[in-house]
Amino acid sequence: MFEKVLVANRGEIAVRVIKACQKLGVKTVAVYSDADREALHVQMADESYHIGPPPVAQSYLNMDKIVEVALGAGVQAIHPGYGLLAENATFARKCREKGLIFIGPKPEAMEAMGFKVKARQIMKEAGVPIVPGNVEGIRDLERARALAQDIGYPVMVKASAGGGGIGMQIARDERELEQAFKICEARAKAYFGDPSLYLEKYIEEPRHIEIQVLADNEGYTVHLNERECSVQRRHQKVIEEAPSTFVDPDMRRRMGAAAVRSAQAIGYNNAGTVEFLVDPDKNFYFLEMNTRIQVEHPVTEMITGVDLVEWQLRIASGELLTLQQEEIGIDGHAIESRIYAEDPDKKFMPSPGKITRWQVPQMEGFRADVGVYEGYTVSPYYDPLLAKFVTWGETRDEAIDRMVLALESTVVEGIKTNIPFHLKALKSRLFREGRTTTNFIDQLKEE
Amino acid sequence: MAEVACPMAGVVAEVKVQPGDTIEPGQELLILESMKMMIPFQAESNGVVREVKVNVGDFVNEGDVVIVLE
Repeated sequence: MFEKVLVANRGEIAVRVIKACQKLGVKTVAVYSDADREALHVQMADESYHIGPPPVAQSYLNMDKIVEVALGAGVQAIHPGYGLLAENATFARKCREKGLIFIGPKPEAMEAMGFKVKARQIMKEAGVPIVPGNVEGIRDLERARALAQDIGYPVMVKASAGGGGIGMQIARDERELEQAFKICEARAKAYFGDPSLYLEKYIEEPRHIEIQVLADNEGYTVHLNERECSVQRRHQKVIEEAPSTFVDPDMRRRMGAAAVRSAQAIGYNNAGTVEFLVDPDKNFYFLEMNTRIQVEHPVTEMITGVDLVEWQLRIASGELLTLQQEEIGIDGHAIESRIYAEDPDKKFMPSPGKITRWQVPQMEGFRADVGVYEGYTVSPYYDPLLAKFVTWGETRDEAIDRMVLALESTVVEGIKTNIPFHLKALKSRLFREGRTTTNFIDQLKEE
Repeated sequence: MAEVACPMAGVVAEVKVQPGDTIEPGQELLILESMKMMIPFQAESNGVVREVKVNVGDFVNEGDVVIVLE
């Protein structure tokens, strides 16, 4: 095991990583910007170093500065957390060149997953299901008709040269396809100067379900079941749970095997997550792989009893993974509520400022991963995640009840949080019944 | 003369008015970046801009006067 590790992150994940290091007897080094002098991660680490002004480009993303601090402090490895430099292959390479271990996958694996079209190709070859579609450019309607027939309606018509949803149209039958084709062709030509189109199966009311994997440096890979992450606002996850109410044992086995194949296809090592879109008929399709520890990793830890961050450190230091696939079960149910500094009464606008009161309960079956404290001023420079509340129960209902109790017993003053939203969501019939698709928040408004 | 105060802490990402501009309720005055979000800040009343007290990149606190109206 390492003697000393630098944590190149801030907030709750930096605190989480420092705790994992402490458990293993590893000394920790924190880095911080001008805005984070009083931050919790700085107080908890054995040593801390100032790396620059508040904007992340000049501090937490300043690769050379972080490497320089790491070398000066005499660490053997750097843990990037999530976000910031976590999926930056250039940073992983810089670490390698300087003889530092990057706690995460090798840069080659990150790059293979970084390019979406290439990743799609690799997954297809590895026998991992991808959203059905074609990649060639289509120029005439007849060809589009034939392809749509193969793929099956509804289909999404997209501009080959496009992006960001511009010039996308849904077609539910042949008549709509004809219309969509004309509209998209005109837009593709106008916006991108290339009228080529392509078709992809349109997945209605999809769920976002992901599989956690762990792989050691020899390529031995296991999966640790799924997480359901469909409840999202502005593409930001808000509530996650494990297991998913939608996944049955056979589907879990197949998704798990597909995730392991995905990881092995790119020679993946360390912790990673394979994200799938799941349609109402339980077909699942590879979406992307997140080559890092994820925000929502605690729900997996709660149902499997496996400490994922501890394994990240062990694997990076060269230990072999000793977990056997058949030993990794599911014990009960876990839910995570992300507590953001947002004002639910003002369209979830950010709510930075000084926390004048922060009172979080201690309860059985409840874990809080927290990055703040009473008296701390939440900076507008960084993301609004204050803490993650995670509850465990023998059943899903018990986990929900515990979360409601935990949220109702929490007192935060000085800033606004999204706790009222969580209570509304968790108490809704939609959530109780497990009807959590990516349209959940819109449907909640109608309930 | 009226002073327009900033609704939240953040960094000024864009200034959309200049001295002499006539503004009306709902018009975007500036865009703030806070907690990785871009937040348009709109006028609540009519007026003519006399002074803009911030520049792009400035850090502002909640309650800071950012624009003065005639």
